[in-house]
Amino acid sequence: MKLFALLLALLVASVAQAQVPYERIRQADREPENWLTYSGNYSSHRYSQLKQIDRTNVSRLKVAWMYQIRGRQHFETTPLVFDGVMYITDPPSDVTALDLRTGRPLWHYRRSIPQGVPACCGQVNRGVAALGDQIFVNTIDAHLVALDARTGRVRWDVEVADWKLAYTMTAAPLAIKDKIIVGIAGAEYGVRGFLDAYDTKTGRRLWRFWTVPGPGEPGNETWSGDSWKQGGATTWVTGSYDPELNLLYWGTGNPGPDYDGSVRLGDNLYSDCVIALDADTGRLKWHFQFTPHDVNDMDSNQIPVLLDANWKGTPRKLMLFANRNAFYYILDRVTGEFLHASQFTRQNWAKGIDARGRPIPNPESAPSEKGALAYPDDDGTANWFSPSYSPRTNLFYQNVREKGGVFFKVSVEFQPGRLYLGAVKRDITTEEPFGTLRALRPLTGELAWKFDMQSPPWCGLLSTAGDLVFSGTMEGDFFALDTTSGKLLWRFQTGGEVWSNPITYQFEGRQYVSIAAGSSLIVFSIG
Amino acid sequence: MKWVNFRASMDGCRKDTVFCRIVGTVQGAVATCRPVKRSLSERQVATAPCTVPAYAAGAQSPVDKPLGERLYLTHCAFCHGQIGEGGRGPTLARPKLIHAPDDEALKVVIRGGIPSGGMPGTRLVDAELRELAEHVRKLGRVQPAVLAGDPKHGAEIYRTKGDCAACHTLSGNGGAFGPDLTGVGASRSPQHLRESLLDPAADFPRGFAFIRAVSRDGRTLTGVRVNEDTFSIQFRAAAGKLHSLWKAELREYQKDLAKSPMPSYREKLTPGELDDLVAYLASLQEAK
Repeated sequence: MKLFALLLALLVASVAQAQVPYERIRQADREPENWLTYSGNYSSHRYSQLKQIDRTNVSRLKVAWMYQIRGRQHFETTPLVFDGVMYITDPPSDVTALDLRTGRPLWHYRRSIPQGVPACCGQVNRGVAALGDQIFVNTIDAHLVALDARTGRVRWDVEVADWKLAYTMTAAPLAIKDKIIVGIAGAEYGVRGFLDAYDTKTGRRLWRFWTVPGPGEPGNETWSGDSWKQGGATTWVTGSYDPELNLLYWGTGNPGPDYDGSVRLGDNLYSDCVIALDADTGRLKWHFQFTPHDVNDMDSNQIPVLLDANWKGTPRKLMLFANRNAFYYILDRVTGEFLHASQFTRQNWAKGIDARGRPIPNPESAPSEKGALAYPDDDGTANWFSPSYSPRTNLFYQNVREKGGVFFKVSVEFQPGRLYLGAVKRDITTEEPFGTLRALRPLTGELAWKFDMQSPPWCGLLSTAGDLVFSGTMEGDFFALDTTSGKLLWRFQTGGEVWSNPITYQFEGRQYVSIAAGSSLIVFSIG
Repeated sequence: MKWVNFRASMDGCRKDTVFCRIVGTVQGAVATCRPVKRSLSERQVATAPCTVPAYAAGAQSPVDKPLGERLYLTHCAFCHGQIGEGGRGPTLARPKLIHAPDDEALKVVIRGGIPSGGMPGTRLVDAELRELAEHVRKLGRVQPAVLAGDPKHGAEIYRTKGDCAACHTLSGNGGAFGPDLTGVGASRSPQHLRESLLDPAADFPRGFAFIRAVSRDGRTLTGVRVNEDTFSIQFRAAAGKLHSLWKAELREYQKDLAKSPMPSYREKLTPGELDDLVAYLASLQEAK
């Protein structure tokens, strides 16, 4: 009896405190009313089974509430939602908990950022992770902070790397088991990239995987001289996880310097790769390099989408990867075996992809003194903004930037904390860049349909069981298309650039869709 | 010999030039371009070379120069000229810069750009900004070139023979079809002003497009784009009327990025009158 009482007490305590145990995230698909991890689930589908909002009624979608932030940098957050509360980040590295019923803030975590933190592309943040009773945020000054989910009070705060060397953090962490996995940014400044795991209780670092191998390690021979020291290959977008294989999948960024390959001869591993790491040890299981010896800034920091499907008659564990370099890849995620690549939009950096998945580079697209025309430009076709996979339509949705640039090679020398690039870009002023939302057949990469947008987008996607795919534009439109036809069903002018990923959740029986646009977080429901 | 679509970097080339080849490198680079009229096929191309000012062609960064100058040549010279003489961007060879009265303001401008004026920002760190700002300040000691024309007579050409106010506004007076020219002498070099008068399509304001739309009831509307998104377009007709239309409600919709509604003044003005008009426009340094 005593034991029973003790067990009961423990159970009650765990319910009250451990709001988001690992098991809950692992089975996120069982509670579509919540949004428990950055990409919706560990397979990164960004698909919701909610279907209260559907093709027939989406035209009646109205603003339920809005929340405005103070920051003036891009508002890139993906909110997490559970147990009546929404957790957002706002730039540079603040966190706010919002009451779902009213949209009113419950607490703020405001971080003072030192002057002069160098961030190539804005002092931004893309969201938090939740595990147990804590909320985790990566900060622009390269700390990982654990907050009390109830109050926002700091539980612990650890330095991941030195921001004075231009290490910064912008991605949402990934919570698995008892660990927080965090990636780093800074490859425009010649840092050496890594991926880290931290203990959720203490903040102690459990392992670090250097994405640029040091002397004596396999792969170091793919860097000439000491160039590996400034090798880049950062990990600034949240990865995916397969609990059965216990493998983490993470994209890596460009080698340093971005545009001058002459100082770093070789393939430059593990830049522009997807790496598969043992989640417990951080050991490399396999890697696949999309763009060896990159000179066009083809960061492979996109979201690996995990799919179990029948591949040519055999059930296989696959990874779908729409890469910044304009090719759509399918890999075996157990072994890393290359299965397929197909071009999904305009590019001129590669003449093709060979049977082993290795590109045949086009030297004319490499930055030169005379200037080289390159498609895509250094923002890529895909970027950090998320794709979505709908099991209902069996389509893979990707927003695509349709834009080239002219790249002039300039001299480059490494100095810690300074930009380490090797070229400057000029826009092509005589053609207008644009955007497309593309629906691809996941096992062939074939285009099912596309929807044109005025400008290259910085918005990710959400697909739902209501047969809707949500996206936004740089001109402030937030809209819903039919997932099977691409037909426009609804749109709303938010008044600010949509520079984030949409999510959906259900609260008190009603489905909501949220998007960050301009400096507003806007939540919609059927009025 | 390979001809590439190179208009992007060819500010000195006509905008109806499609295929260019750059001969030589950075300093004193010359581009040979084949002008193409959009209505002509590639076979009908007339050949006429055009040269590109050195500042337009390259982005150099010689290692033997001090950091500030190197950064200037890499990031600024394309628009502001190798020694700050100006181009599509204003001259920096002046003691006081309009958007940057002091060094702190100058660093803010270099970092963030002037979005409304079409100047992009940079990703430089503080130490680099400091050295670049110092170099830009040095450019202010360069003596500005003396212009040949008579600005007073130029003002009269502007009002009468040029009829510029029909489309352009000066300090609140004039049309809104073309860009507002208040203070244009501070934001464009005299060479750039002259070139724009002779060949209006040589360079366009950022985001320029000439719009032609046919409504469902068959009306054709034309004008200069004010704004556009995926679903709608706003443009101003020559007479000044602002149109705002949903694209879904149009029968036809075209935009031309290479056609200027402004006439060339090559035949309309004598060389002396042109000098005078350029001198007048160059004298428009701030709102009055």
